[in-house]
Amino acid sequence: MNKDIVLETTGLTMRFGGLTAVSGFSAALPKGSITGLIGPNGAGKTTCFNMITGFYKPTEGRNVFMGRELTGLPPHEVCRAGIARTFQNIRLFGNETVLENVMIGSYVRQRSSWLASVFCLPSAFREDKAIRERSLQLLDVVGLAHLENEQASSLPYGAQRRLEIARALATRPSLLLLDEPAAGMNPQETQDLIGFIRQIRDQFDLTVLLIEHDMKLVMEICEHMWVLDYGVTIAEGAPAAIQSNPKVIEAYLGEEYACDA
Amino acid sequence: MNRGTLTILNVLAVAALGLFIWWAQGSLDGYKIQILNLIAVNIILALSLNLIYGFTGMFSLGHAGFMAIGAYVCSILILTPDQKDTLFIIGGAAQWVQDAQAPFVVATLAGGLVAALFGFIIGFPLLRLGDDYLGIATLGFAEIVRVAATNMTSVTNGALGFKGIPAYANLWWNFGWCVVTLYVIVRLLKSNTGNVLKAIRDDETAAKAMGVNVFRMKLLSFTVGSFFAGIGGALLASLLTTIDPKMFLFTLTFNVLMIVVTGGLGSLTGSVLAGIGITVLLEWLRVVENPVFIGDFELAGIPGMRMVVFSLALIVVILFRREGLMGMREFSWQAVGSKLGLGGKPGSGKGGLAQ
Repeated sequence: MNKDIVLETTGLTMRFGGLTAVSGFSAALPKGSITGLIGPNGAGKTTCFNMITGFYKPTEGRNVFMGRELTGLPPHEVCRAGIARTFQNIRLFGNETVLENVMIGSYVRQRSSWLASVFCLPSAFREDKAIRERSLQLLDVVGLAHLENEQASSLPYGAQRRLEIARALATRPSLLLLDEPAAGMNPQETQDLIGFIRQIRDQFDLTVLLIEHDMKLVMEICEHMWVLDYGVTIAEGAPAAIQSNPKVIEAYLGEEYACDA
Repeated sequence: MNRGTLTILNVLAVAALGLFIWWAQGSLDGYKIQILNLIAVNIILALSLNLIYGFTGMFSLGHAGFMAIGAYVCSILILTPDQKDTLFIIGGAAQWVQDAQAPFVVATLAGGLVAALFGFIIGFPLLRLGDDYLGIATLGFAEIVRVAATNMTSVTNGALGFKGIPAYANLWWNFGWCVVTLYVIVRLLKSNTGNVLKAIRDDETAAKAMGVNVFRMKLLSFTVGSFFAGIGGALLASLLTTIDPKMFLFTLTFNVLMIVVTGGLGSLTGSVLAGIGITVLLEWLRVVENPVFIGDFELAGIPGMRMVVFSLALIVVILFRREGLMGMREFSWQAVGSKLGLGGKPGSGKGGLAQ
């Protein structure tokens, strides 16, 4: 296997009873790439994310991350291995402050136990301080540092999305999965997001896989993409090739448009 | 305010409490001292349930069970062999029960540890359940403990229970344990581990995605909560000097739950305030059960009336202040400082005593 491939899935299939949500999804993500996963509603994109991150155990197929088999591991193990994700409907810890949300993301890399804090061991204080400082830096990266003490649920929508990304970054991932990061954003915000994703990719040495409906964003940012329709991979390739692929046009716009292409 | 100042303030607060207890012990009558003792025990119980339910979001109704375990373990260890000879009139005590002896502090700790062990063991199957199902299952556990206590005659003396348990649990012990409980739970919740527990309460799925082993953290919180419930039970046994299985009915859990909800789910300050308020109120409301004189007429007192008034008060609280007295807010020295204009930064601190 090529060692520059970060994540390789082979024949991932998810069946719910008689319904096949995703069938035979095979993909390979090169290190440092930004890859898109697109398709019409209900095509099985989020199901793919759930299979990769351990929320679903795939019916068939394998999932190899940096040479390590991840198939069937629970979500927290997958996260520990270095895959972080965001959610389509933002899932923040609403009652906690912005800073606490990011600190919770750091927990997976924390070494001192709760007992160390109860007994006031200096090591616990030091680590707590280090986590706090790093979390503040991450908030600075996403531009939310001035809101550190606000309650997460009180943030405006766009800020919540960025906070979710900061929280994912706090787990020190090598692969970041973004589920519709531009949902509900206006064109200007989307444009900012494109720069932002590139910036964190470079700054944190990430590989990014994203689900997105906003074609402008996908076409501009992705180096490679996979197209799903009814759970089946109907196309893969560079954005330009995807744009003129008749199968993709058919899936999105219907058969009559495909003939014109 | 820096950490040094806060430590000094906390030490001063504990010293003030110590002075108060010293004064109370010398000047208050037995009835008032007993109420103070009950306040301390109720605060311990409320804090432990708040950790489980308010901060980790596990709806547990098993508190009476853990208290019973703590109470029985502690009583067995502090009752003298002579007392056990007279107590176990049916069939006598099992040999290890007869021989078990320990000083009060060890007995209390043992009560807490055995309760924690039970919490840990039943946590394995039960904590995989969500919300209401967990409530039903833990309620079932508490009931099993009670039935077991009724029937394990050679260990618990069955339905007769224990009488004449040495009354070691004075104000110093009760408030001492109360401070320890508050300290441990505040430290736990203020650490990043505490943030993670609250994260599980807010959104379990997101917590999993952030690499949190949700089951393990729930087990941790449940075990620590059971430990302090056991401590509370142990103190209660020595305070009341009499225990029997009937004492650990569901209503006992309900009393604690009431304090936690009234104080505010997710607020330790709330639990402390409601622990004081409700304990005092329950005693003070006894006046409504006394006969009332209107001129020469005498209206006979109605036994149980205070529970009616009390329940009405509870309904009013829930109707008009659903989040409880404190919601999720906490006392902090910073907030006090900024109120008094001492220039502390407001809002930057949660948690009182051990900050």
